[in-house]
Amino acid sequence: MNTEQKLLEANNIDIRRGGARVLDVPQFGLRQQEIVCLVGPNGSGKSTLLLTLCCLLERHAGELYFKGCKVVDRSSVLAFRRSTATVFQEPLLFDTTVYDNVASGLKIRGLPGREIGLRVEQNLERFHIGHLARRAARKLSGGEAQRTSLARAFATRPEILFLDEPFSALDPPTRESLIDDLDHIFKETGIAVVMSSHDQAEALRLADTMAVMQQGRVVQMGPPADVMNFPADEFVASFVGMGTVLKGRVVQARQGTVSVSIADQLIECVGDGAVGQPVILCIRPENVTLALPVHHDGTSARNRFTGTVTRLIPMGHFFKVNLDCGFFLSTHITFQSRETLGLAEGMQVAVSFKATAVHMIVHS
Amino acid sequence: MDLIIQGIWQAIVLLCTFDPETWSITLLSLEVSGAATVASLFIGMSAGICLALADFRGKNLVVSLINTGMGLPPVVVGLFVTIFLWRNGPLGFLGMLYTPGAIILAQAVIATPIVAGITVAAIQNLPRNLRLQILALGATRFQMIFLLMREARLPLLAAVMAGFGGVISEVGASIMVGGNIKGYTRVLTTATVMETSKGNFDIAIALGIILLVLTFAVNYILTHIQQHDRPR
Repeated sequence: MNTEQKLLEANNIDIRRGGARVLDVPQFGLRQQEIVCLVGPNGSGKSTLLLTLCCLLERHAGELYFKGCKVVDRSSVLAFRRSTATVFQEPLLFDTTVYDNVASGLKIRGLPGREIGLRVEQNLERFHIGHLARRAARKLSGGEAQRTSLARAFATRPEILFLDEPFSALDPPTRESLIDDLDHIFKETGIAVVMSSHDQAEALRLADTMAVMQQGRVVQMGPPADVMNFPADEFVASFVGMGTVLKGRVVQARQGTVSVSIADQLIECVGDGAVGQPVILCIRPENVTLALPVHHDGTSARNRFTGTVTRLIPMGHFFKVNLDCGFFLSTHITFQSRETLGLAEGMQVAVSFKATAVHMIVHS
Repeated sequence: MDLIIQGIWQAIVLLCTFDPETWSITLLSLEVSGAATVASLFIGMSAGICLALADFRGKNLVVSLINTGMGLPPVVVGLFVTIFLWRNGPLGFLGMLYTPGAIILAQAVIATPIVAGITVAAIQNLPRNLRLQILALGATRFQMIFLLMREARLPLLAAVMAGFGGVISEVGASIMVGGNIKGYTRVLTTATVMETSKGNFDIAIALGIILLVLTFAVNYILTHIQQHDRPR
């Protein structure tokens, strides 16, 4: 059992709206310096969980512990809020200067003027907005405004930072540069962070732990690479971009590999399973290789099929190819490869992927 | 045309010679309407903020009632305040009828829904998450309300102006509960009505001009406060 004291711990969180349960999280923990990213589609409850964790939403049941102390009454809630900071999707700045905005959290705490000046300067520099100090907050661009909001949060020197979809309203280049800067600042300050996002790429960039949410529940929590490569169920698999998710049944099991029957075809994959057991197979598009039918033989891949291209979808730098191999399969292909193969919809191709490229989820 | 020019001339004379009666009427108007506005700010803004921040069943009904109250006809208010303050009315024991206090009461009743209605709209018009953001910054409930009011200062000062404008220009209630008693409850509007009915158009025009200048001056000061300290 892990005896390390968590910085933040939540137990049996239960939120209802209009009688319906919108959040049901039996256990959630945040360690010192840990960066947790809550991901999930819209309405999955990630913002609700985040706002509950930072004590801004009333909960119907459940306890919250900050450094082992229960956050329960008005004074402990206030003390907790003053040890943490929250940044929302909209910057929510006050109608005053950038400088006064960054100072606002410190003025609320009644800090002496000298200390306020010092911390504001430090955080304006940290977020590269020193030159905007005297500018009216309502005249800032989206990126500048969000930097001001983040500087305001960091100025209070929080022990935990809560970020509710902080990059969603920004255009891609602005988002990129802000994520880059935040990544540095997180490492430099060693702050613990809980953020929510509907974009798993943000989680991969910043987080140590990724928590996938669906219908108010955390369905999988772990290091981002684990969640991406070994999704716990069908929902997580499709959410993290497993191009192909197939349902089948184990027909043969031997020496760490199993054969799974899917639509009268056999797919081999690594793993343990009992014969007759229903399973879900996940295959990342980048692990599927296409070739002209005559080249079928020169590969070590255990899974080789002949398929028909049903759709070719341009995705910017590459094409997404949907195939019918008796079952659905999806892969990515570059523009050059498409030209070399002369790929077109309706064409027959040889499809292969390794047994190790298939992630098997045993149906419970 | 002569009548108007004569009236304007008379107004200048009355003002420049510091006519004691005109000045006492002007001062009383300012005092009474000022006191009524201040009272309505306390009641109206508190009620408006509570209402804007609260979530309860029937909130829309209460807000609609307040919005209807923004258009309360002064004579109706005058009628009910008179009934309440009438010698054998519920508040008759106060002996307030036909006193400046009665005018303040009636005018406060007129201004309160105006202030409350604009306050509700002003606070509700702020981004919904701003409240959460302020709390997340570590504010107490009192600090949160203060910061919300500071954010909504433009419409809130508009509420002050609307409330004051509504009562300084109101005549029906003042005449009914004040009685237009010379040197005691005579205010600019009631005096204007009386002088007009007597055919003293010059004095009536003079009083009208004073009323306009007064209203402008107060609004100018409030607008100055409103636009002050906004960063550019």
